[in-house]
Amino acid sequence: MTTRTRDIPRRPGEGRRLASTFGGYAVLVFFALVFLYPFVIQTANSLKTEPDAAAHPLSPIPGPLSFGAYDRVFFQTDLPLWLGNSLLVTIIITVGRVFLDSMAGYALARLRFRGRRGVFGAIVAVIAVPGVVLFIPKFLVLNQLGMYDSYAALILPIIADAAGVFIMKQFFESIPVSVEEAARIDGAGVFRTFWSVVLPMARPALITLTIISFQSSWNEFPHTLVAVQDPQLFTLPRGLADLVSGSLGVGTQYPLKLGAAVLATIPVAIIFVVFQRYFVRGANEGADKG
Amino acid sequence: MLGTTSGGERRLGRTSATREDLAGWLFLAPVVIILGLFMLLPILMALWVSLTSWNGQGSPFTGKVPFVGADNYTRLFTRDDLARQDFMTSIRNTIYYVLIVVPAQTTLALGLALIVNNRVLKGKTFFRSAFFFPSVTSSVAISVVFLFIFANSGAVNGLLAMFGIGGPEWFSDSRGLLHLLLGGLGLVDPDAPPAALTGGGLFGLSWWDWLSGPSVAMSTIIMLVVWTTSGTFMLMFLAALQDIPVTLEEASLLDGAGRWQRFRYVTLPMLKPTMFLVLTLGLISTWQVFDQVYVMSQGNPAKTTLTPAYLSYRTAFRDFDYGTGTAISFVLFLVIVVLTLVQRWVMRDRTPAIRPGRS
Repeated sequence: MTTRTRDIPRRPGEGRRLASTFGGYAVLVFFALVFLYPFVIQTANSLKTEPDAAAHPLSPIPGPLSFGAYDRVFFQTDLPLWLGNSLLVTIIITVGRVFLDSMAGYALARLRFRGRRGVFGAIVAVIAVPGVVLFIPKFLVLNQLGMYDSYAALILPIIADAAGVFIMKQFFESIPVSVEEAARIDGAGVFRTFWSVVLPMARPALITLTIISFQSSWNEFPHTLVAVQDPQLFTLPRGLADLVSGSLGVGTQYPLKLGAAVLATIPVAIIFVVFQRYFVRGANEGADKG
Repeated sequence: MLGTTSGGERRLGRTSATREDLAGWLFLAPVVIILGLFMLLPILMALWVSLTSWNGQGSPFTGKVPFVGADNYTRLFTRDDLARQDFMTSIRNTIYYVLIVVPAQTTLALGLALIVNNRVLKGKTFFRSAFFFPSVTSSVAISVVFLFIFANSGAVNGLLAMFGIGGPEWFSDSRGLLHLLLGGLGLVDPDAPPAALTGGGLFGLSWWDWLSGPSVAMSTIIMLVVWTTSGTFMLMFLAALQDIPVTLEEASLLDGAGRWQRFRYVTLPMLKPTMFLVLTLGLISTWQVFDQVYVMSQGNPAKTTLTPAYLSYRTAFRDFDYGTGTAISFVLFLVIVVLTLVQRWVMRDRTPAIRPGRS
């Protein structure tokens, strides 16, 4: 990376290079503001009083600091319920996806069995189906199976995902087969080999899959629309959408809505900060499937 | 199905073929059952429902549900009624939406990637994360934030006021940007459009309606989506940029290529596969826009933010016309498939300007 332009004739004008470095920073800082300031506005205004938020929406500092919005969010809305539902659903889906996707990915990468190519082709085809096309179809099947309006409806249809299977298959194909062979020669069965030899080696891929599964199921919105209608089963995004469409009535209540939005953003934000490089990897793994 | 053994096939240890058959299917069973039950079966059921006029009462798979054939599909194109008008309006809205979002997010993503990739600049990791962060957050939460930012006395209008500009009432303004532009140029008076444009039309919308451009309200959703998706695409461009061999750039420097020439004839051709991917993913996802419409506008004002995905949802779950709702979603599916194929075909015919030979 450092073998740069040293021996190569360079154009005259250090000044121009300095200017372009400065320009580069200016552009970066400008866009960093554009991309991050909305989150500052979101957090700051959730800590303002309603008149203050209405009068000074741009200000990052609350006039009087007020936790009134959070007080109302927790005690006058169903948010604690939504939070609990979201946690439950997200954890089960994440654990399920990591486990089921890696088993399927392993089978497709390593085991030779009849029908393997057919299944793999079907999984690639499933990745290509646009999600919105499935809204009504998913409702139909949940309705027909008598699962509509239940936790099972929120969880089961998305507890395995084709893209995750694909990512795990790619990963298993990239690690050497020799360790597994040794284990198998020692007499370990297929599941044993998978569980105690292969999975430990797959840690980076498993972390990536855990993170993208957590993020996507925590944020999941349209699926909840077609799976449940009982307010007792609302997850945080669903409850938040309901809150915004005005069931609370009086006034605009922006600090309250923004407070609820902050709470929906925080878990993913924490994970993002801690596991950044896995997010980056996840985005590019997703790209490879295209 | 077993396939002839090529280089890619690796066989493990001493397991017999039948044991591996069993193990393979056991490992796959949960995923196959879930995807079969909640992806494949629903599509088949929906195909049937799209041929009926089921209203949500009872099961759609009994003899009592009226079978209407392809009527739900043809009415969207031929029958002069509200359903066709709403559908065509949603198609118009989405065409403008796609035409702006896809080039905007691709250009922004590429531009940011080029700057972040600059080796001289420090703090890359921070900037990369800053640009990517909006992509990982909840679409519903972000929509709420943008509702506040674009409120009548909100942050954006406050910012505009600093420059002496009076911002519009974003979410209740149904005026089309193209109409406003034509009016602003003095070509057409938006309040009294020429009869040539209002007289004729296509699929129940007049030419004037087709030429509206995205409405002011839609432009807030456009900004929101460009803002949330650019980060992901930037990462893809960044990964591709880091794969370009340094020697190739050095060679072009030796050849005396300027910055623009290097970008045009070295970098851009090397980015072609990523460009194709970004454009395809962009096209696929923009045609599906739903969450933001649901939270921010519900298709209003004056139906100018109605999109096929939202219309299909509304038709089924609010108007209880499941047949038409499902038909709309299959037409949308077809649109996405066709556009992807067209794009693949267009991009394939473009050969890179130079071949990366000297490395």
